[in-house]
Amino acid sequence: MNPANYLILAALLFTIGTAGVLVRRNAIVVFMSIELMLNASNLTLVTFSRLHGTLDGQVMAFFVMVVAAAEVVIGLAIILSIFRTRRSASVDDVNLLKY
Amino acid sequence: MSTVLSAAGELTSTSTGEAVTFWILAPVAVLAALGMILVRSAVHSALLLVANLFCVAVFYLLQQAPFLGFVQIIVYAGAIMVLFLFVLMLVGVDSSDSLVETIRGQRLGAVIFGLGFAGLLVFPIGSAIDGVHGNGLATANTGGNVQAIGRLLFSQYVFVFEAVSALLVVAAIGTMVLGHRERDAGGPVGQREWMRRRFTEGRQVTPLPGPGVFARHDSADTLGLLPGGGHASGIGGIEGSDDGPALAGAGKGDEQ
Repeated sequence: MNPANYLILAALLFTIGTAGVLVRRNAIVVFMSIELMLNASNLTLVTFSRLHGTLDGQVMAFFVMVVAAAEVVIGLAIILSIFRTRRSASVDDVNLLKY
Repeated sequence: MSTVLSAAGELTSTSTGEAVTFWILAPVAVLAALGMILVRSAVHSALLLVANLFCVAVFYLLQQAPFLGFVQIIVYAGAIMVLFLFVLMLVGVDSSDSLVETIRGQRLGAVIFGLGFAGLLVFPIGSAIDGVHGNGLATANTGGNVQAIGRLLFSQYVFVFEAVSALLVVAAIGTMVLGHRERDAGGPVGQREWMRRRFTEGRQVTPLPGPGVFARHDSADTLGLLPGGGHASGIGGIEGSDDGPALAGAGKGDEQ
């Protein structure tokens, strides 16, 4: 097997994550799709690290993981505080700025 | 595996075991991801995402990144998914997606966009990786993957490491600020305070009638429950809300 096949798999996962962000209305599932995209990019970084024979890609993937954790924590707190005021976790109901 | 890779110093093809694992787990990962965006229940989405994360963790392990593989399992599949499920339970499990399209043709557009994006990504990569050969991590990982990553983290990337730790602290504090709710100040209210409030605010002074007992009594201290759900004024007449100022509040119960 070509070791670069992981790149194609990562591209597919990233595409599925993008489609999930576009299609889903539940804010939490949108967040999960973003996690999927971050994971796909991490898989790409790890694969390139292996192909290049250096560990810099793995270190970058590590940083991406830390940023993803911080982002999830803040994002879920925002979703919760919106849910407290609007009683809904749907992205369609957050439309106060629309009018 | 590493012996195969380091044999020639160059990596043109993976071992058979890795290929078999890849061809088994790659469809599982893609199907789990597809299921995640297709199922209606958010909890099922979370569980399918866990399956996908485990598959990606195995891919890390296959690619000589044991540290990242285990961090993936511990941080992602452990901590982050537990956080997701906590918030799901707080928000309400039954808050499934509505199937109403707010933008007409959005789903079809998303499918077309997804297919186009996938083609745009996969075909150029597929042609570019034809006959590619990598170096493998056998030399970089000598002395252990964790030790090598730690050496990089604390020498070349130490500034980024510090910045990221500051980011984590800021995120933790921000979450506390966002999640904090101001509670009602003051402790529990005593009987004395309740009585003072009842008189000064002109509310019902005596206790309200118990449920299910119609007007067997009707006095100032034992109000009668009316069939309509309200209670009598407590001064003889069932009606009668045109009372003195002291009992004006008692009549208010009739409108309840």
